[in-house]
Order: sequence, then structure tokens, then C-alpha cells
Amino acid sequence: MAEILPAGSTAPDFQLPVTPDQKLSLGELRGRSVVLAFYPADWSPVCGDQMALYNEILSEFQHHNASLLGISVDGVWCHTAFAKDRNLHFPLLADFEPKGAVSRAYGAYHEEYGISERALFVIDKDGIIRWSYCSPLAVNPGADGILDALEGLEK
Amino acid sequence: MSTLKNPVGEHDHVKGELNAPAVLVEYGDFQCPHCRMAHAVIHRVQKHFGDRLCFVFRNFPLTQIHPYAQAAAETAEFAGAYGKFWEMHDLLFEHQERLGDGLFAELAEKLGLDPAELAKALEDGTYTSKVRSGFTGGVRSGVNGTPTFFINGERHNGPADYDSLARKISEALES
Repeated sequence: MAEILPAGSTAPDFQLPVTPDQKLSLGELRGRSVVLAFYPADWSPVCGDQMALYNEILSEFQHHNASLLGISVDGVWCHTAFAKDRNLHFPLLADFEPKGAVSRAYGAYHEEYGISERALFVIDKDGIIRWSYCSPLAVNPGADGILDALEGLEK
Repeated sequence: MSTLKNPVGEHDHVKGELNAPAVLVEYGDFQCPHCRMAHAVIHRVQKHFGDRLCFVFRNFPLTQIHPYAQAAAETAEFAGAYGKFWEMHDLLFEHQERLGDGLFAELAEKLGLDPAELAKALEDGTYTSKVRSGFTGGVRSGVNGTPTFFINGERHNGPADYDSLARKISEALES
């Protein structure tokens, strides 16, 4: 498993496509907490469940003044179709070109398979990683760790 | 290891005795096909372990991928308010392919409940917050999809088939 950036690191900034004609940068979200959820692939069963779960608890994230971003190496059209099919209400970023560059910057790229790891980062409003977790590829990490970390930010 | 953060109690829908040596908790969704398969498995498991096993069902509707899951959960809660939770729970799974307002009314009538009262409860969202808070509690316990099982408070990470569940329950009974 990759060595992901640990708590205390500065979150590397990035700018990635979020729709076919729009990009989103981490810097734009400064002042809010950010939950970055790297995942291996749109459409694969575990990712589907994981994203479906996050979709259900968006209001919990909002309650903590946090934005949720999903990231994989899938292209923007693939993300668009996936989000529409699953009725997702949060942005999916395409780490597509150069492939996996942002995943690599976070230590969350699986070189052998050429996909993002299933890695979670909670970033505070000043852009510092406050919690990170890398789950085995086939295991849905759920949301309890994220919610605990977001609560920790408020203490 | 994920553990159940909100203990089983009188507020739960319980089949069996709460102080049974093995307590199996399911977080489930009435529109989830895997939960429907698990439903048949649970019946076998209950038959096998008898009164040594207590079964608890908690709602975990994934509303954005299952448009009828929330209403189905609230229908079960409505029936539960009249002591018919388990009857409704079984009927909802058995008729999963027909979930919808028509079916909810039909099942209420079948159980001797007032379909008009059910329709009003669904419209008013009488049981919405109960179902929602159960959902959030599940997330905090590490429920990451449906069905998710806990055996004596420990999350069962294996498959939801008979052999796997029965083995884990046997282990819990021996420990």
C-alpha cells in the first residue's frame, strides 16, 4: 500500500477538471474544511457503495462546514455519467491528465494498477491535512473516521 | 475493528430476547437486493439458533440510489407503532420488486392497519427523523453499505451468506 501524506502535512494544491468545461482548485475552498476521497474507479462495486454512502451524509459534512470532493483517474465524461447514474450531489474530480499526478502528490497512487488508492484526507480551513487514512482497495472505509476527524477540528 | 456505538435496547425492533447469548444486528435497506437475499439467510439462521439468538433490524436506507427505501423504512416504522414491525418487514422484502405507495397501502390493509393513516404519516414525515437518526448512528458505528451485520457488537466483515454468518454466531456463542 502507498505511503500517504500524514496528518500535519500541507495539502498539495491542485486544479482538476470537475465538469467538461470547469476546473476546481483546492485553494478556492480555503476557509472551509475539505474531505478528499481518492478512490480506484467509477462503476466498481465497492467505490459505488462508498460514494453512495457519502452522498447520503452530505448534510453531516455540511454541518461541519466541510466540502466533499471525490477523485479518481477516470475522465470527466466518465465521472459525469457515473454521477448522473448514482444521483451524486458532490463533485468528482478527474485526475486524468497527467494521469494520477494529484494522487501521486498525496502518496495515494497505486503504481502497479495505475489507479488511485482508496485514501481519505481531512484538510482544515488553512490547508493542513489533519487526518488521513488509506484503506485496502477492496474495503469500503465508511465515514466514521471522517466524521470523527471533522469533529476533532472543532475542538 | 468497527463496533456498534449505539447499544441494542428497548427502542429497537427485536426478535428474541435482548439478553440472548448472541445478538445479531442488521443495518438494512428494503430496496437493496443484497438485503433481500440476506433476509432469507436470516430466517435460516434464526431457525438454526432458536432462542440463543436475538435479531435486531435497523433501517439504513440509501435514498439517493433507492427512491423507495426511505418510504419503505417509514412504512415499517408505522407498522411498528402498532406492533406489526416484523410482519411489515417480511412483506416489504417479499414484495421488493413492487415497492411504492400502492404496495405500502396494500400491505397496511393486509395487516389490518389504516392505509389512509399510513399515507398521512408518510406525507407528514412522522417517522422521517427516527429513520434518519438511525442512519446517522449506523454511519458512526462503521456501517458502510447494506446489509451490514454486527454480532455481539462487533462488525461482521465477511460475506452475508448462511455459512459465514452461522460460523460467526457459533463463535460468539462459544466465547
